[in-house]
Amino acid sequence: MKVAIASGKGGTGKTTVSAALSSVWNRTVIAMDLDVEEPNLHLFLKPQIFGREKAYIEVPVADESKCTYCRACAELCQFKAISVLSNVLLIFTEMCHGCGGCLAICPEKALSPGQRELGEIVWGQAGSAGFLMGRSRVGEAMSPPLMREVKKKLQVMLEGSAADVIIDAPPGVSCPAVNAVMDADVIALVTEPTPFGLYDLQLAYEAFLPLGKPMGIVINRAGLGEDKVYDFCRSRDLPIWAEIPYDRQIAVAYSNSQIIAAVSAQHKALFTDLADKINQAGVIAGAVCHA
Amino acid sequence: MREILVISGKGGTGKTSLTAAFAHLADNHVICDLDVDAPDLHLLLKPDLRQAHDFYAGFEARIEPDKCEGCDTCRQMCQFDAVRAGDPCPTIDPLKCEGCKVCVQFCPADAIAFTSRHCGTWYVSNSRFGTMVHAQLFPGQENSGRLVALLRQKAKELAKAGGQQLILSDGPPGIGCPVISSLSGVHLAVIVTEPTPSGLHDMARITDLCGHFRIPVAVIINKCDLNEQVAGSIQAECRQKGFALVAQLPHDPDFVHAMVREQTLTEFTSSDTVQRIKQAWDQIVALAMDKGRGRNKCTNIACL
Amino acid sequence: MTKIAITSEGPLLDDALDPRFGRAAGFILVDSQTLDFKYLDNGASQAMAQGAGIQAAENISRAGAKVLLTGYVGPKAFMALQAVGIKVAQNLENITVRQAVERYNAGQVEWAQAPNREGHGR
Repeated sequence: MKVAIASGKGGTGKTTVSAALSSVWNRTVIAMDLDVEEPNLHLFLKPQIFGREKAYIEVPVADESKCTYCRACAELCQFKAISVLSNVLLIFTEMCHGCGGCLAICPEKALSPGQRELGEIVWGQAGSAGFLMGRSRVGEAMSPPLMREVKKKLQVMLEGSAADVIIDAPPGVSCPAVNAVMDADVIALVTEPTPFGLYDLQLAYEAFLPLGKPMGIVINRAGLGEDKVYDFCRSRDLPIWAEIPYDRQIAVAYSNSQIIAAVSAQHKALFTDLADKINQAGVIAGAVCHA
Repeated sequence: MREILVISGKGGTGKTSLTAAFAHLADNHVICDLDVDAPDLHLLLKPDLRQAHDFYAGFEARIEPDKCEGCDTCRQMCQFDAVRAGDPCPTIDPLKCEGCKVCVQFCPADAIAFTSRHCGTWYVSNSRFGTMVHAQLFPGQENSGRLVALLRQKAKELAKAGGQQLILSDGPPGIGCPVISSLSGVHLAVIVTEPTPSGLHDMARITDLCGHFRIPVAVIINKCDLNEQVAGSIQAECRQKGFALVAQLPHDPDFVHAMVREQTLTEFTSSDTVQRIKQAWDQIVALAMDKGRGRNKCTNIACL
Repeated sequence: MTKIAITSEGPLLDDALDPRFGRAAGFILVDSQTLDFKYLDNGASQAMAQGAGIQAAENISRAGAKVLLTGYVGPKAFMALQAVGIKVAQNLENITVRQAVERYNAGQVEWAQAPNREGHGR
């Protein structure tokens, strides 16, 4: 079973919740950080690293001696990554989405596959949880290509030994966030009871609703704000799976990269409870659970 | 005319609350919300919409069932796993389709339509602090930075027409395309961070990106009283890299109280935090107006 | 007798020079001596997610331009223009297309060695 920990708004506590859940999860689990632009999960889980590898996207490389400047590639490319001006072939690999169109269409076989570095994939073990993350190269504009490579690595890990997966998603509701939650069986949306939290929760709810996955809400920093977020959840029949009270002690623990499930027995119970609720939702949705 | 961008790398450090406060303090400016994915600035600025425009960018593919011959070429060629097998014909998942046109090009039956993608809406509005340019991407859309670039362009046109000297922008989180699009050519990046390992880690990546674009950096440490040790690391980083540390703000629940009242902190109260924000803003303006594009001296500001 | 491309806000010589290149409203292709000209609309650039500057370089190159007069050009478009040997004069604004041609003929334009504008990263 896969659960994605997402939110509309940044900074609501996705990583906090992902780390805490991983630490109390009572079945085999892999904690996967798909916030490849700003991955933070490793700061809390402090995994032992088993391996790292660079990830690449396929981009065209030209053998200009074969090019007849027929422009087929340039006319197909929607991203202006390859263009033909008079008798000059120009390739801007940073614009390439890796669709393979130019490679397929070239009648002269003048293009062959090359690479652009997306970033790195890192994996290991954090206590009894497996760990997997992607970290994009600073300057790499697109997240989804690296996210896809990390997901491929997850498949390999799962073939080795089946496990549940806790996905720490990037913030927002655009393509990177959707990419992170689309394979999950269950989505937990983390919010805060403030006007910004509510507005972005509504965006996230609308964004993910068409995916047809069970969704539940985690309210972080409960008590600092107002009640409208509860009204919203009620109105949409969104179950509130956990409320983490605003507590300076938690904030300090977080600032010391501690997993907040370890702060007290009550906090641990809060997260084991959350894990149960997620599991129930997953079972109802027909997710496969592992031993 | 100068552009000041407020960003963070990490979400939730206080970008939008502080940008709203700066919008209140600033003079003769145009305001821009460049977080088109999850925009929040309008919740405090409560602007009156003057114009709304459809935003189209890129394309999406759609298989036409009556023309499809079921050869499966589209599904085999799609690099984004966007084509789902189906009866009577495969379907394309718009959430995965990148609009690359490969399936359209290679379909032997010419059965795939390729249409402009309606990605969102952008607005020009009036707020109590001045003209505001903002947008909302539809959920699931590629946040390619094109909409961000468009908003910046509009803000510049409006500032030029209105004689405004400053564009103040609330930036997106992360370091990807929308941030890159927000950053290039800006005169000053104000980075809002927090004294936590995530804050420190993410700040390193965003300042790296700013360095790549040779953009001067000013830093604000929000919730500075949370962790003296990590705050110290951030201060050291600022000294070492020549970032101007323009404010350290203790954690202040008034940010939330003001937000609930739909006010900026500077409208809500005149506390010590507000005084620090005012001082920070004066420094930020001075830095942005500075003709030189070089590194800035780090000012010595205490946390508590 | 050089063919010049000038970014333009409209189809006539007395229209204002458009300082943008990639997303200019259009281009006027004009013979520097005879002032015979034609207009290339650039409206299609609005739908492009990225690469408008590169497309614009392609368009004017195909139209036979040897010189570009404009306001600002980003780094990728600049690379494309250099690759085909189109000379670029930047930093022009608040003048008409006709005035831009006059300046060119009077030798009053600055030839660019480097793009004067940051790219959008993509």
